[in-house]
Amino acid sequence: MESDIRLRAKDYPMNPSTPFLITPETGHERIAPIHETAALAVDVSDLQFGWDTAADPILDIKALQIAGEERVFIEGPSGSGKSTLLSLLAGVMTAQKGAVSVLGQRVDALSGAQRDRFRADHIGFIFQMFNLVPYLSLIENVTLPCRFSKRRRKRALRRSASVGAEAVRLMAHLNMADPDLLKRPVTELSVGQQQRVAAARALIGAPEILIADEPTSSLDAHHREAFICLLFDECAKETTTLVFVSHDNSLATMFDRTVSLTQINHARRPRIQIVKEAM
Amino acid sequence: MSHFILAIKSLGNRKLTAGLTIASIALSVTLLLGVERIRTEAQTSFTNTISGTDLIVGARTSPVQLLLSSVFGLSDAANNIRWESYEAISDHPAIAWTIPLSLGDSHAGYRVLGTNGTFFDHFRYDRKQSLQMIVGGWFSSEDGAVLGAEVAEKLGYRAGSDIVVAHGAGDISFIQHDSHPFQVSGILARTGTPVDRTVFVSLEGIDAIHADMNPAHDHGHDPLAGIANTDRHHAEEIHKTDHHSTVDEDHHHGHEPTAITAFYIGLKTRSAALSVQRTVNEYKGESLTAILPAVALQELWAVVDVMEKTLLAVSAFVVLVGLCGMLVAIMTSLNERRREMAILRAVGARPMHVFSLIVGEAAMVTLMGVALGVALLYAMFTVAQPLIAYRFGLFVSAGSLSTYELVLMGTVCLAGLLIGLVPGYRIYRYSLADGMTIRV
Repeated sequence: MESDIRLRAKDYPMNPSTPFLITPETGHERIAPIHETAALAVDVSDLQFGWDTAADPILDIKALQIAGEERVFIEGPSGSGKSTLLSLLAGVMTAQKGAVSVLGQRVDALSGAQRDRFRADHIGFIFQMFNLVPYLSLIENVTLPCRFSKRRRKRALRRSASVGAEAVRLMAHLNMADPDLLKRPVTELSVGQQQRVAAARALIGAPEILIADEPTSSLDAHHREAFICLLFDECAKETTTLVFVSHDNSLATMFDRTVSLTQINHARRPRIQIVKEAM
Repeated sequence: MSHFILAIKSLGNRKLTAGLTIASIALSVTLLLGVERIRTEAQTSFTNTISGTDLIVGARTSPVQLLLSSVFGLSDAANNIRWESYEAISDHPAIAWTIPLSLGDSHAGYRVLGTNGTFFDHFRYDRKQSLQMIVGGWFSSEDGAVLGAEVAEKLGYRAGSDIVVAHGAGDISFIQHDSHPFQVSGILARTGTPVDRTVFVSLEGIDAIHADMNPAHDHGHDPLAGIANTDRHHAEEIHKTDHHSTVDEDHHHGHEPTAITAFYIGLKTRSAALSVQRTVNEYKGESLTAILPAVALQELWAVVDVMEKTLLAVSAFVVLVGLCGMLVAIMTSLNERRREMAILRAVGARPMHVFSLIVGEAAMVTLMGVALGVALLYAMFTVAQPLIAYRFGLFVSAGSLSTYELVLMGTVCLAGLLIGLVPGYRIYRYSLADGMTIRV
């Protein structure tokens, strides 16, 4: 599985000895509590995870590494464990075996509360659908991560006078500058608009990693590509690593690298598939 | 604080179910506090009605019956007391004062009480407060009348107004003593006791109107005249149960009455209460009962206590049903909210945040329900106060919340919070297991 690992060290904005020091343009903050020698955004080794600890694991990954600022496409059919892998990377769940390092931090070694804080501080999420909290306004939805992460709030305030203003700035970047649009209840927005609001929320406070779980599956081909380009632009501006998960292989060419989950996952295939092959 | 705003907004998103849940809790809390308020206010009202009176004497009957009829006008007296008996007992050396009472008539639905100046001098209510006149003075002639504050206010009488007393204590009476009108000589200040709802007239006045009503006494057309002596004695007994004093056959206006319904006794020293009570109970002239008002009240409470406790238990269950309604409402919303919780988890909310959002919601719903319930209680009492006073003679005040009521409210809030732990724990488990994807 070594072939799956291709680092893009040439693009690293930082000296490996001080890998996560933000450039003077974006603010002089050191990204605590990242280990200084870390060069990878994600480093997974010997990972095993199963919903039922007694049964065979559903994820068995020997190694997966993603470099900082890399735009990685993880593809796999439905049920292959993509979302589970993302939950493990984000520290929402922990594996039974193996090590999961994110930004140099062993996520699996952190306590539950520490993992929650780590996620709030360093990771932005975009989901497939139902991204938005229906009873919050558009701006409140975008600024939601700043309620849970002081760090992201601080970083948002470096760019704008208030987190609300930062939300408006991000929405303008995502072609949603119309004030009338911003006032509209989120439930009245189109799916495309909702996805852009979700992107703005994932990007506010400049987290180092953006995880997108099938964010384009409800968009048509034209909007899909436009949305991905928007994400690329924003990630490039913020020097954000993008981990994009989808079952739609046609998107793979747009990314720096594609990781096939079925290839790196050594867990036994589901029984139903084995039966079909035997027939 | 920001999580609290989230909880409020989440609740606002489900206005209808939240509103209905709050309304059901509010109604149940109103019921609970209402029952409790009426219970305690009734006790206070009863206890405050009479003070400083050591004994009440009436014809042989049960203590509660005598108390209800002589103090609250809530029950009919069983029998009368002969005037001679009253005078004989009044002479007891331990007795400081007595107040004779003659009941059984009404005016426009208000009780008419025949008595004399001793009532104004010695009657005490609440914490030994004496009666005050706001207009005029106590009557000096037999056709004078003094009105309770409410009677004067409701019927629009002033000093000098003429009133006609009706026979019987009901709201509607077919026999009007209109040949003997009374003239209002004074109006009493408000007391918050049945005194406010009473028309005071002289004992002689009461006798006079009944003499007018029963001309047989004066003119020899006694329908009972032909009855044999033994039967005549029985007929007299029937006559006595007429709930008011009657006049002697040779009665003339201005003479002493022959009978009264009851009398209050004030003792020189309270320690003599039991011995005087025994003297009265063993009085040879006729069968009498003397009661200690406080003891009779205790007996009354013992009777109503079971009912009160049952009512309180029923209302507590109604509150529980209201809270269970909240539990159902939150539980049914949980599934649709798992996605919302997953979003919150993804942006950094901890399972504990998610837990506190749900428990906070339950707490808020309960708190709002309790607050609305209290507001409803006060609104209801403001509306129902005159009605309760009119129907039951109870003066229920809508005053500030008592410590016990606050404890009850606190218990309801705590119960709401505890009930909120059930869906809170469930969503906590969900959010741990779900992570950022909903697995239904």
